[in-house]
Amino acid sequence: MKKDGYLDLFLTFARIGGLTFGGGYAMLPMLQKEVVESKAWASEEELLDYYAVGQCTPGIIAVNVATFIGNKLKGTLGGIAATLGVVAPSFVIILVLAAAIHNFADNEYVRHALAGIRVAVAVLVVNAVIGLWKKGVKGIAGVIAFSAVFLISVFFAVSPIWIVLAAIVIGIIYGQVFKAREEKS
Amino acid sequence: MSVFFLLFIEFFKTGLFAIGGGLATLPFLYEMADKYTWFDEAILTDMIAISESTPGPIGVNMATYAGYSAGHMQAGIGGGILGAALATIGLIMPSIIIILIVARFLKRFRDNKLVNDAFFMLRPAVTGLIASACFTIIQTSLFQIPAFQASGNLWDVFILPSIILFAVLFAASNIWKKLHPIVFIAAAAVAGILLKL
Repeated sequence: MKKDGYLDLFLTFARIGGLTFGGGYAMLPMLQKEVVESKAWASEEELLDYYAVGQCTPGIIAVNVATFIGNKLKGTLGGIAATLGVVAPSFVIILVLAAAIHNFADNEYVRHALAGIRVAVAVLVVNAVIGLWKKGVKGIAGVIAFSAVFLISVFFAVSPIWIVLAAIVIGIIYGQVFKAREEKS
Repeated sequence: MSVFFLLFIEFFKTGLFAIGGGLATLPFLYEMADKYTWFDEAILTDMIAISESTPGPIGVNMATYAGYSAGHMQAGIGGGILGAALATIGLIMPSIIIILIVARFLKRFRDNKLVNDAFFMLRPAVTGLIASACFTIIQTSLFQIPAFQASGNLWDVFILPSIILFAVLFAASNIWKKLHPIVFIAAAAVAGILLKL
């Protein structure tokens, strides 16, 4: 009981959160090592299930996976303990950095450095979009959906909420129509 | 309405509708930059760099930073910490609630046809949303539309050193794919100082 208590959940997930750079996907190898191999809190297969579902439920993937594992071990409070753990290190680090940046933002060198960094960010996000395109945009329907959303959100101030909801509804209708056709032929 | 309550609500909405991981929060953050005075698009781009260079989930980093900026504007450092806490809690709360529910019927959720159908359109749509956020980043980091509007000279639109730096970094990041993003961010910071961007 003591060993698998809330504190252990919190600390283990704090270690995972504090040592992975780059968000959700980078966290998988760390989770495999800590949660599957050293703690045996979940099997490899369970972890991949959590990951798959964590990707297609709202919110941050790492938080979703932490909630799953914590909940599995210690119920609702365990889910909350694991989630707070995974979030805690980033929270503290970013708070310190945010305070520092607010004090240095007017420095001439910092301004030039940040202008350069923005260019690097543009590169990183372009690469991320290319990666997402390769994984998620399939067939002519996917290309049309991508282009429509891109154009709508560049030219009109539509909240992403409506776009997400519309995509879910259209996806379900499209699925029903296609399935019906496939069954007929 | 108090900025702190608004922060919580806005990040709760983001947590509820940003599906597919960290970058999916970007379109929501750009909408917030448009709607409120908490942070502007340039600061958002800095936030992405900070998130890429520090540990932890990107979405959480963004919420903490944005909450700090907004709260700090309102009530100094104490306000910044409160804003950061409320934004972060707002962001993760929908996840916790939804996962605790889904955990009860995990297998059925994963194999559900409606869920898979929804995702068929959701994936390209979310990619489109992130691409439009990307468009804004490129616009603010490589081009200067206000300078063009002031001078009327088309050439003034382009920030040439930034565009060259973009091309170099893009090529480098696709040649050395294994390199950590922090390497490119550090190199770009040095280039920014040397080129006086």
